Amino acid sequence: MKIIVLIKQVPDSTDVKIDPVTNTLKREGVASIINPFDMYAIEEAIRIRERFGEGEVVALTMGPPQAEEALREAISMGCDRGILVSDRKFAGSDTWATSYTLSQAIRKIDDFSVVFCGKQASDGDTAQVGPGVSMHLDIPQVTYVKKIDKIDKGSATVERMTEEGFDIIETPLPAVFTVVKEINEPRLPSLKGKMRAKKAEIRKMSADELSCEEDKIGLDGSPTRVSKVFSPPPRGGGRVLEGEPEEVSRELTGLLKDIVIG
Amino acid sequence: MDYLLTEEQKMIKDLCRQIAEEKIKPVAAEYDEKNEFPWDIVKVMAESDIMGIYIPEEYGGMGGGVMDLAIATEELSWGCGGISLAFAASGLGTFPIILFGNEEQKKKYLPRIASGTIAAFALTEAEAGSDAGGIKTTAVKDGDHYILNGTKQWITNGGEAEVYSVVAMTDRKKGARGASAFIVEKDMPGVSFGKKEDKLGIRGSATREVIFTDCRVPKENLLGREGLGFIVAMKTFDHSRPGVAAQAVGIAQRALDEAVKYAHERRQFGTTISSFQGVQFMLADMAIQTEAARAIVYSAARMIDSGAKDIAKVSAMCKTFASDTAMKVTTDAVQVFGGYGYMKEYPAEKLMRDAKITQIYEGTNQIQRGVIASALIKESLAK
Ligand SMILES: Cc1cc2nc3c(=O)[nH]c(=O)nc-3n(C[C@H](O)[C@H](O)[C@H](O)COP(=O)(O)OP(=O)(O)OC[C@H]3O[C@@H](n4cnc5c(N)ncnc54)[C@H](O)[C@@H]3O)c2cc1C
Ligand SMILES: Cc1cc2nc3c(=O)[nH]c(=O)nc-3n(C[C@H](O)[C@H](O)[C@H](O)COP(=O)(O)OP(=O)(O)OC[C@H]3O[C@@H](n4cnc5c(N)ncnc54)[C@H](O)[C@@H]3O)c2cc1C
Repeated sequence: MKIIVLIKQVPDSTDVKIDPVTNTLKREGVASIINPFDMYAIEEAIRIRERFGEGEVVALTMGPPQAEEALREAISMGCDRGILVSDRKFAGSDTWATSYTLSQAIRKIDDFSVVFCGKQASDGDTAQVGPGVSMHLDIPQVTYVKKIDKIDKGSATVERMTEEGFDIIETPLPAVFTVVKEINEPRLPSLKGKMRAKKAEIRKMSADELSCEEDKIGLDGSPTRVSKVFSPPPRGGGRVLEGEPEEVSRELTGLLKDIVIG
Repeated sequence: MDYLLTEEQKMIKDLCRQIAEEKIKPVAAEYDEKNEFPWDIVKVMAESDIMGIYIPEEYGGMGGGVMDLAIATEELSWGCGGISLAFAASGLGTFPIILFGNEEQKKKYLPRIASGTIAAFALTEAEAGSDAGGIKTTAVKDGDHYILNGTKQWITNGGEAEVYSVVAMTDRKKGARGASAFIVEKDMPGVSFGKKEDKLGIRGSATREVIFTDCRVPKENLLGREGLGFIVAMKTFDHSRPGVAAQAVGIAQRALDEAVKYAHERRQFGTTISSFQGVQFMLADMAIQTEAARAIVYSAARMIDSGAKDIAKVSAMCKTFASDTAMKVTTDAVQVFGGYGYMKEYPAEKLMRDAKITQIYEGTNQIQRGVIASALIKESLAK
């Protein structure tokens, strides 16, 4: 079984700062890591290959040349190879263009069964790329996958997390699955994996090689226009009600009624 | 300081630090309190190829030497000096097989150990500590077997390990030349386990009695030949002591890191305690001593890996220096933490408790100084 994992390199920081002048993310001086959710995607892909005892896990990323590091880390965990989609022409891609470009690269990999993605990226946070890829490739998608109950070459039964519980979904393959952190516990790299990763040949793909249509990639191919990016204002301090329990509870009920009834 | 590590050694260092940071550190206090064996961490280490770092590649290991073992032990011990012993004491139990095992023995046991089976080394008995020659456990030949009888005490990984390198007397009349070493498996008939010790430190490691009652060990499991028992033990210690020393360095480094961090958080007299020269000098001395300890450990380990012949002295030197350093640096760390250092909610007191053992096992520091002095005298007479 051949499995593709889409990974994104993101800044290693939970609070990414935004440049107030350019409205872009400030990346200088922040180390890069694999998007945390993508670690679960990698782990699940490797587990499936291990369960089948054969197959291949291909890590795929679109990004600048240094995103190669993310692919090597994926290989050190157990992915078989890495593909870096990189070209100046891709600069400024929004989620639509990113999904289009990634799906063009996926078309180059024949006979795959699953495309795994993280639920969302820790910087962009849109959770749109997985579904976008599925639309561009015209294959089914299941988002928020928390468990794979059954999988063979042609179909899979998976559990999709919802706010109330979970759905059980049966889908033909190939399909796109985006995973949540409940699905597994990602392994650490192994020494043998690290050594393999260091020597691994990373396949690079350019816009021309992917036969991308020029007006669908990069800034020009991105319908999204960012008008303003801002940090939400810090939450105002709460109010502490003081006094006897009876009094306080009466006051609280009044306040709640005001909020709910208005 | 740059120790010019190879690419592979840097990978070992990074990976072991990652395991220490992400997997060991968060559970260390809990294992310390519960006095349990860290099987979940062993699993992580096995899956990451750590357990076989020092085992030759042809037997499923990573082909590293004493230096690689030391680097790994240091980083893992930074996370917890007790939990790291599941790895390091397994090395102690495995060196007899690497150094003295025949092809069949190596093929049978080393791949298993490389993939996560734990080993242990059983020499000490109630009446025979520093004076290992006083062991009473016997091994009597009976056809295709040896019959072992006796009780080994304070065996690290005891009860958890599957493979034991055991030293027993095959011919009491010959004294020190009458001891032999055997590979004994946990489930061989006649192996049982006694008291689990409740210890001052390294409580995330298992220390237990291993009891042999008419235990039948196939004669193929004799290491080397009859009479080599103490040679096996001494050569094993020459190779394993840098591991104890590295454990000490890891503990000392952690104490230094914690002390520095605390010193610029804690405020007294309207400022951080790190602004007081009295505290600064303590931190500086801790750093100097820890770095010097690391340097002597790495030098000794590299010398041993180079195939040098007379390694007993350097091996003893690095163990003594690093363990004395760890005791001093962890004691100073408690001092930097003040009263908080004495409390279990803070990391300093555990480091001090964990450091103490490194001055005692694999030969007390008094015995090590004896080894060093005899080597000096021998060298002087040879001039
Ligand atoms: C409004 C907006 C405007 C933007 N404008 C710009 C811009 O002008 N210039 C610019 O450079 N960027 C821009 N970006 C960032 C960029 O478009 C997104 O970061 C990128 O498309 C991925 O989206 P995301 O981070 O929300 O990922 P999500 O959709 O949240 O990611 C979900 C999953 O998709 C996969 N995935 C996501 N990205 C990749 C990737 N690159 N390679 C492989 N797999 C991936 C991963 O599996 C990931 O877990 C913008 C983003 C937004 C939201
Ligand atoms: C937690 C722990 C784990 C252990 N793990 C193992 C293990 O895995 N396998 C194993 O075989 N053993 C193990 N041991 C045993 C350990 O190696 C011995 O405790 C150690 O060798 C000291 O022996 P002893 O405790 O009998 O002390 P003793 O030999 O009784 O020494 C008592 C004191 O006398 C001093 N002394 C003794 N002889 C001399 C001398 N000639 N000159 C100067 N001073 C001397 C010592 O330095 C010490 O200060 C372990 C011990 C502990 C506490």
